[in-house]
Amino acid sequence: MMRREFVRIIRIWSQTLLPPVVTTSLYFVVFGTFIGSQLPPIHGFSYIQFIVPGLIMMGVITSAYSNTVSTFYFAKWMRTIDEILVSPTPDWVVITGFVSGGVLRGLLVGILVLIVSLFFTHFQIVNALVLIAALILTSVLFSFAGLINGIYAKGFDGISIVPTFVLTPLTYLGGIFYSIEQFPQFWQNVSLANPILYMVNAFRYGFLGISDVPLWICFSVLIGFNLVCTFVAVYLFKKGIGLKN
Amino acid sequence: MTPAVSVSDLRKTYKTGTVALRGVSLEVAQGDFFALLGPNGAGKTTIIGILCGLTVKTGGEAKIFDASIDTDPVKAKSYIGLVPQEFNINIFEKVIDIIVDQAGFYGIPRAEAIKKAEPILKDLGLWEKRNEPSQQLSGGMKRRLMIARALIHKPQLLILDEPTAGVDVELRRSMWGFLRKMNAEGTTIILTTHYLEEAEQLCRTVAVINKGEIVLSEPMTTLLQRYGGEEKLEDIYLGLIGAEKEEVKTA
Repeated sequence: MMRREFVRIIRIWSQTLLPPVVTTSLYFVVFGTFIGSQLPPIHGFSYIQFIVPGLIMMGVITSAYSNTVSTFYFAKWMRTIDEILVSPTPDWVVITGFVSGGVLRGLLVGILVLIVSLFFTHFQIVNALVLIAALILTSVLFSFAGLINGIYAKGFDGISIVPTFVLTPLTYLGGIFYSIEQFPQFWQNVSLANPILYMVNAFRYGFLGISDVPLWICFSVLIGFNLVCTFVAVYLFKKGIGLKN
Repeated sequence: MTPAVSVSDLRKTYKTGTVALRGVSLEVAQGDFFALLGPNGAGKTTIIGILCGLTVKTGGEAKIFDASIDTDPVKAKSYIGLVPQEFNINIFEKVIDIIVDQAGFYGIPRAEAIKKAEPILKDLGLWEKRNEPSQQLSGGMKRRLMIARALIHKPQLLILDEPTAGVDVELRRSMWGFLRKMNAEGTTIILTTHYLEEAEQLCRTVAVINKGEIVLSEPMTTLLQRYGGEEKLEDIYLGLIGAEKEEVKTA
């Protein structure tokens, strides 16, 4: 399943890899270069340096989620999922197969956006271990989330509602373009309810060594959400919810 | 000898309240060519779905050879090859990839799967098309591709849910030959079809299901002899289903 996903992602690279790279490049140009050059530094970093980790994370989140939700729903829609369910393949293998596709695409997009960002700014990686851990945990989490969405989806509308009305607002409000310390206390507290904030900050810490929230809280949230999503996906498969008659 | 399939008091009620199976009990002997007949909505596909793990039963028991679908589903599934009623192939994938990927779900390595796929695709006249996307195949070729996919792991039980629906006469006859060969080599086959001539030609045992209940299950020759050997299966079948309809009207 991993091999098949890799081949598919590469074969249709103009649909899977190029769009997030183009979108993020526009963010670098507009927000980073044009507007960002007129803004004061945040935590001692230029604005474009500050937003690079968040923009990479945005690409990873969107790509991991959309890959799994679309692949899985398409398998349901064409009923090719039946051939997997009929086979003796254990549920965990099937889940891993679908999730690995999302992780793979998320990581590829992350690497490509990182390469593009080097055309606009320069930076050093402060803690590679934190950076890689945050990247992998986030892509796994949103691959699982996409899988759960795909399981419940009953139509093509069902796979676009969550990304449009939940994921995009949470991502934009997840501290990609700002530090929550710039907000009044009330809005800081509201922002803390957004799980994406913790992922962006963990990743930013890996790059720049700064975070609005303590690193251990960031990773606790990441690991916690990963465990919940894994449990939900396994449960849904075991019960056949959204899969079997 | 352990039956290839044994089903006992199988029940299924869908969430909509539709009762699909009302305590179905059935046995399919090893090596048999078994016809499961019935009108649309009788419960044929529901039985197949339960045996293959695509439908969750409401009650009853089912075993595939020595494996219960409840307690040993992985083993039970490993015996089965399914050719479903509707096309369910990835139209963007090449023929060979569809077969090889399916083999992967049964733990067969890619290199080995390619070797195994060659004779199957040749037998079914698809070898020349192996590198074409499946969307470029004709309807008959897609049917044969689904059969090839179901055979890649050499299943001991092949379940065919209306495999020749929409297939022209010539191709249907060639598929019959292929299925006879499979059966002669020891594969147990369960066939559902609306072409009663097909069941009469191919199958040794026949069961008729109507409104979720088995109304008949016996060897084909016994059934035909019971009706004097003059009536065709189609006449007997229509009589059975018609009688059922009369009973409902009377009730």
